[in-house]
Formats: sequence, structure tokens, C-alpha cells
Amino acid sequence: MTYIAKTQGAFENVSRRGLLKGVVASSSFVFATRLMQGTARAYETGAAAMHGGVVSDPHVFIAIDNSGIVSIVTHRSEMGTGIRTSLPMVVADELEADWDKVRIVQAPGDEIRYGNQDTDGSRSTRHFIQPMRACGATMRLMLEMAAAAQWKVPLDQVEAKNNQVVHKASGKKLGYGELAAAASALPTPAIESVKLKDPKDFRYIGKGDVKITDLHDITVGKARYGQDVMVPGMKYAVVARPPVVGGKVAKYDASATLKVPGVLKVVEIDPPPAGPPLYHPVGGIAVIAENTWAAIKGREALKIDWNDGPNGTFDSNSHYATLAAASKEPGKTYRNLGDVESALKSATKVITAEYYVPHLAHATMEPLAATASFANGKCEVWAPTQSPQAAHDYVVKRLGLKDEDVKVNVTLVGGGFGRKSKCDFVVEAAVLSKAMSAPVKVVWTRDDDLQHDYYHASGFERLDAGLDADNKVTAWRHRAHSESFMTTFADGVDRMDLFPLGFGASDTPFNVPNLRIESGKAEAHTRIGWFRSVYNVQHAFAIQSFVAELAHAAGKDPKDYLLELIGPARIVDVASQTTDKFWNYGEPVSEFPIDTGRLRNVIEVAAKEADWGRKLPPGHGLGIAGHRSFVSYVASVVEVAVDSKGKITIPRVDTAIDCGFAVNPERIRAQCEGAAVMGTSLALFGEVTFKNGRVQQTTLDDFKLARATDAPLDTRVHIIQHGLDAHPTGVGEPGLAPFAPALMNAIFAATGKRIRRLPIGDQLKA
Amino acid sequence: MVKFKVNNDARAFDGDPSMPLLWYLRDELQLTGTKFGCGTGACGACTVHVDGNPVRSCSVAMSALDGVAVVTIEGLDRDGNHPVQKAWRELSVPQCGFCQAGQILSAAALLASNKKPSDDQIREAMDGNICRCGCYHRIIAAVRLTANGV
Repeated sequence: MTYIAKTQGAFENVSRRGLLKGVVASSSFVFATRLMQGTARAYETGAAAMHGGVVSDPHVFIAIDNSGIVSIVTHRSEMGTGIRTSLPMVVADELEADWDKVRIVQAPGDEIRYGNQDTDGSRSTRHFIQPMRACGATMRLMLEMAAAAQWKVPLDQVEAKNNQVVHKASGKKLGYGELAAAASALPTPAIESVKLKDPKDFRYIGKGDVKITDLHDITVGKARYGQDVMVPGMKYAVVARPPVVGGKVAKYDASATLKVPGVLKVVEIDPPPAGPPLYHPVGGIAVIAENTWAAIKGREALKIDWNDGPNGTFDSNSHYATLAAASKEPGKTYRNLGDVESALKSATKVITAEYYVPHLAHATMEPLAATASFANGKCEVWAPTQSPQAAHDYVVKRLGLKDEDVKVNVTLVGGGFGRKSKCDFVVEAAVLSKAMSAPVKVVWTRDDDLQHDYYHASGFERLDAGLDADNKVTAWRHRAHSESFMTTFADGVDRMDLFPLGFGASDTPFNVPNLRIESGKAEAHTRIGWFRSVYNVQHAFAIQSFVAELAHAAGKDPKDYLLELIGPARIVDVASQTTDKFWNYGEPVSEFPIDTGRLRNVIEVAAKEADWGRKLPPGHGLGIAGHRSFVSYVASVVEVAVDSKGKITIPRVDTAIDCGFAVNPERIRAQCEGAAVMGTSLALFGEVTFKNGRVQQTTLDDFKLARATDAPLDTRVHIIQHGLDAHPTGVGEPGLAPFAPALMNAIFAATGKRIRRLPIGDQLKA
Repeated sequence: MVKFKVNNDARAFDGDPSMPLLWYLRDELQLTGTKFGCGTGACGACTVHVDGNPVRSCSVAMSALDGVAVVTIEGLDRDGNHPVQKAWRELSVPQCGFCQAGQILSAAALLASNKKPSDDQIREAMDGNICRCGCYHRIIAAVRLTANGV
């Protein structure tokens, strides 16, 4: 349910919503304040304000059997960030568990029991490092209490160590297995009595040498994703969906389909109710068969006439023209400092540039799939979902069931990037299982996946800067135009407000006296979602490219000019300049401020590690970009080589990341390596286009992704070292946004050509 | 009736001859280690070995399989300890992991025909396997590591 939980009634089940707000959210607040009293290290995060809040009770998350096997529940979804390993690793460390004895249990969707489960927004570590530490430490205390009771000695004479409790004086030992029953029977001790570990005693946290828990299974083909679910008696379904959002089936003929061997049934899925798309299935005609292939063949044999509805004229070329025209007029101001119009008028030089990022598809390697088994008024679901509670609530509502009669099991997620936060595909499975009176797996084919996404919004950015006689920026005006993701949840939204602008626009950290962030009109005619890094993709692309353009105009080094524009190390007070509440990734600015010292540092580190300014062969160039997102700081230096035909290779990228205390450095490194590849994809190839309301891309040959021969040849990740006093911040997303502008800046350095519209496509072709 | 072997087990198939091997493996044999990624041979997630050659199982019809030996990720090594699999674990290659079976089978096929590939040869050989998480850096390092002995 992600970002919208607090702002919109996307959850329609009012009673459940009320319950969550009334009980869990308040207890998580109590948790946070108590922990703060209990230890000096505790601090507020945005976690308590999330749907479901925070739970840290070891009775919920930890079970120890009498052989000492420690089962740890993970309530976040694994889609490649390593979180299914990292948070249990935190619990195990505080618990003094032996990792070899730890087994990981994936929680079903149940936010009352587990706290918030929306695995997106790069929040899992930053919201759950504290509760999971507390959870492990509480269980450790309970084991020590049980041992002390059994030995009839004071608590301070015993110590938990490596899956056993030791009586310090005598050296007597009791294994966790021997203490499990007694410890688990204890009530959860008050949080004030729980003592977190001294970081110097960490066994796993911050080390990076715990392998991801599914590593072996992945390499031998045993890891189970949503596409791999098998339920006895299961049938297979594919769905022909309306090619235009808001479209409906006018009429259809399934007679040829029903003759395809293996086809069992054809079912019409009702169109969604009037109003915003939400997470409803888009409707269409489902073909249910004995196997996936028969279902696919059966779908090919369907004859369907569609009513396209009002979005049937949507066209990417005219969309671009509409946004470009809008950018000529003032947008709505959301942040203002000084008087930008006067400053532009009195500037020695005014520089203007426009940038565009098209719609993008998530294109997870695992196309969507979900399995549902509906019987006797109950429905069990298995799905690769980033948001199992939302999936649960949508199935409850669609089938008219009780909360307790729907269970959503979470499989491994074969790539998510935000797409699998939306549960339209899960609801399809539930509807079809009910219609078939049998378990049904809905398989999305790749064309389904590309054609029925919740797309990354397009972005048209117009930037105007005024420079004085010393080439110092005196005015900065940014007009951003992107369809808001709120269009998915509410009618009448025609532009971004401070929520989407918070992804890299309203939080612009530059040291200029006159600054204005405007949002122009941008209507959505498709479903808009959030894609890894969200609006930071277009905002960082435009801003960081523009800074390099200004540097060029000023005749200065791009890195030096970027640092000059950021200005001295300080905390930037954006909140006092915004027209409404500043959105800081949901975090309190007191704990997660905009710290230009940290931003400067990642830029300096990336530049130093990349040997910025080094002599390069002809046709090569270096580019730099530095950007704060998800309350982390990332800078990339990209080296590019452009040959005489305009072919691009990327010999090297250096990425510096400051994500506070590095809980699992090995996975932080992996995320930054991967971000450079995803950045390559969207910079070189990524584009979804619409014609007559239809997405024109159907395969991975026309929605191209970076391959081994496209990817950077050498990726070096530099993690800024911090103690736990620097709160862990986001990791999954922030690596992406700086890559594309750093690459464009490198291309400019190499060729003198400035790319302002993504993807590069043929723009460099000789 | 088509007769062939899958992971050394003799199999026979007399269903729809146009069914791609992918769906036979996944839906009929429940060998779900072979992944569906695109259905058009563009992504390599469904890579298996047919008579030792890396093949996109989504693009091979069952009718073409008479007399062949198919090896899937489940059958690459009985204990899951093929040198490529070990190198993959050594370097913690996967992120989400979905494409990795296909990657491993492409890498194993490369190394069976070229024991010491150059980095460019590795990239060329792995070019048919897309990883959306972007693990290429480690994929190439793991193939290199395998070639140099794990």
C-alpha cells in the first residue's frame, strides 16, 4: 500500500482501517517512545505512521524448538534486496543466536500481527532496524530470565552467548533449546528492561558475511516464486485484458477457444468500478486450462471487440507536446524562496533547458502470477506480492469474505521494483478460483506484463537558472510535469503535489537565494505506479544534467560547480519554504535532515575513487552526479566510451553511497551494482509509448533491457562508513537516480553532445 | 509419441506437439527451476541444455525433442555442486534470483566448450540472459572464477 496509506482511503475496509489505526499504530508509537526512554540510541522514524505500524514482540517473530533451532519470521517481501536475510540477521544478532541454527519463516499478510509489510520505499531496514533489534534483545533477555530461574541465581549472573545461556561464575550452560519452553512462556518483558547490544559485540550486523538465505536454493532451482506455485488440482489461466485503461469488453466469441484441447472454461472478469484504477483488475476474458500453454493458445483463439473508452486516443507524441506546452506557463508553486522572477530578470545570463523521461515499465524478470484456492467461503492465496495486506484486503472485498477467511502467502518475488505492490493480479486469481471452483494460477505473459503495468510516470522538466557576472547561480526555477501516482487512487488529480515532488524536486538542496519549484499540469491516461527510485529518475536526470550544463556555460569543472551550487555543509530547511507540508520520505526531518555535508562527501568520495580529471583515451568522457533520495546520499562517476558510429560502452562506474550505518554492506554493494545496470537500461533503451491508448511495446525486443554486453564493465561501490549514530537509511532505490545524468554528463564530455531526452536510442548514431 | 530424456530419466510425450518444452517441464513435470520470463527467446530465463547445448526452452516445440537429452537446473549436478553453482554461491551472485538458473546453465554450457574464455567471450556468451536486478558484474566474475577453479 506504500506511500498512500496515510493520505488516501485506498483501503476501503473501514472497520479494518479503524482497527489498525486505533490499536497497532498507537502501540507502535508507545513502543518508539518507550524505547527512546530505555536507550540513548533510539529515535523516531516514519514507521509508526505507516499502515500497521511497528510490532517488535518476540512472541510474534521468534520460535525456538527444543533442539535449539531458532525460527525467525520475516514480514517483508524478498525481491532481491536481501531483506529476507538482513532483518532476521539483525534479530539473530541481538538474540545471540547461531546463524547456522536459524530458519527463516515468511509471514503471510497480516499487519495487525506483524506491523507494516509494504516492501517498498526503501524502508525495510530504516524502519525495522530498531524494532528487530529490540525483538531479538527481548527474547535474549527472556532466555536469560528462564536460565536464571532454573539455576535460582540473579539475572546479572547469566549471559546469553551463541545459542546458549552461561552462568558466568560456574560456567554452567543451558542451550536455547533446553530453555525454549520456559522462556517462551514468559510474558514479554517491558521494553525499558531490555538492553540492546553494544555495537562492538555485533556478530552479523554490519559485517556483510552472512549469505542470503535463499542462495543455495536459487542456484539449484529450488527457490519458489509466484510463477512456481503448485497446488493439487490447480488449473492455469491467462487473461485477455482491455488494451486501453478504462476499456471494456463490447462482445466476445469464445467458440474457437473452447475447442482448443486442454481449455476448460472461459470466464469474463468484470470491469473495475467507476473511479480511479486503484488495485482493481482491469477486467477482460480469462481462459482457464489444464496447462499454461493450452490457456495461451486458447486466448489466441478468442475474438473480442473492445470499447476503448475516453483513454482510447492517448498518444505519447501528443502527450509530450502537451507537457512541453504546459512548461511555457507557470505551474503551481510548491516551494518558494526569495523572488525568482526578479532574479531571472536581473541575471547576467539566463540558461534554460528542457528534459524528458518517458513512461517506463517495471519488466520484472518474473512476469506477474498468483495462485488462489477458493473453497467453502475461504480463500488462500500465494503470490509474489510486495504488499500482502493490500492483497488480502482487496480479495476480502472483491469476494465479500471475512478478514479471517482470506490468507495471503508471500512467495519469493522475482523482481518487484514497485509493480508487485499492486495486487490486481492477485484479485484475478481469487475471482477465477471462485468461478472455476478449483485452485487457479493466473499467469501473466510478457506482453501482458508490458501492456498492463502501473507505469513509471513520464517527466517533462523545464529548468531556468539565472547567473550573475561571476557565473554564480542567483535564481533556480524548476517546472516539473509528471502524472502523479495519486491518479491511481483519486479522480481529479492533474499534477504532482508535495508528495511526488518530494522525490528529488521540492528537496533541491542548492545554496541559491532565489528558488522556486513549480508543478505543471500532467494528466494521466494510464495507470501510474511507482518504479524503483520513483520521480527521482526524472528529477535527478534533469537537475544533475542541468548543473553540468551550467558548469559548461560558466567554463568551470562540473564537479566543482556542483559542489559550489550545493554550498557549504549545513542542514537545509526546506520545510519552511514549502506551501504545504514538506514530504521527507515519510521521515521526521529532525532525524533525517537534508545534510549537504553528507551530499558533498559522497560526491568527493566518488570523484576521488574514480580519479576525477584523469586523462582518458579519445572518445571517452567522465560525468558526475550526486543526489539525495530515500534519505540516503549517492554520487556516481561514470566513464563512457562513444565510438565513431555512436555506440556506447561504459568502461567503469564508481558509486559512493551514504546510507547511514551499513547494516548489510554486502547487499548494499549488490544493490548499487544492480542500480547501475538498471540505470543503463533506462538511459539507453527504456521507453513505453502509447498510440490509440495502447502500449506499443509487447516483447523484450522492443522494451529493451541492458544485457551483459551493455552493462558497465567495471562497477565499484564505495560505502561511507558510519557508526550506529548515523541512522540506517534507504538502499534499494537511491543508487538508481544519479546514474543516468552521470552518464549523460560523461557523453557530453566525450562528444560535446547533450542528451536531454531519454532514452538515448539513436540520438548518438552517426 | 516423442521419446527423450530429462535429467537422465526416460520420458515420453504424446500431447500437443506445438507445446514448448518450457511448459512441459514446468506444468507437467513440475520442474519449476526452469523459469518463464518472456516466451519469445529474448531473456534466457528458460535456458536448459539439449544434448549439451544451451537452448531457450520456451522456443522449442515438444515435437522437436525425439531422442534428445534435456538437462535442467535440477539435473545439472546431483548435489547442486557444479563448479558454476559453487562459484555463484562463492560470489553471492543472485539478487531476486529469478533469472539465475538460466544464467547458470548458459555459463555451464560456455565453460563446457571453452575452458578459458576471455571476458569479452563471457559477455558475448551471457548476452542472451537478461538480469533485471543487474547482477552482470558478478555473473561475469563468477564465470571467470569457475574458469580459474573454485
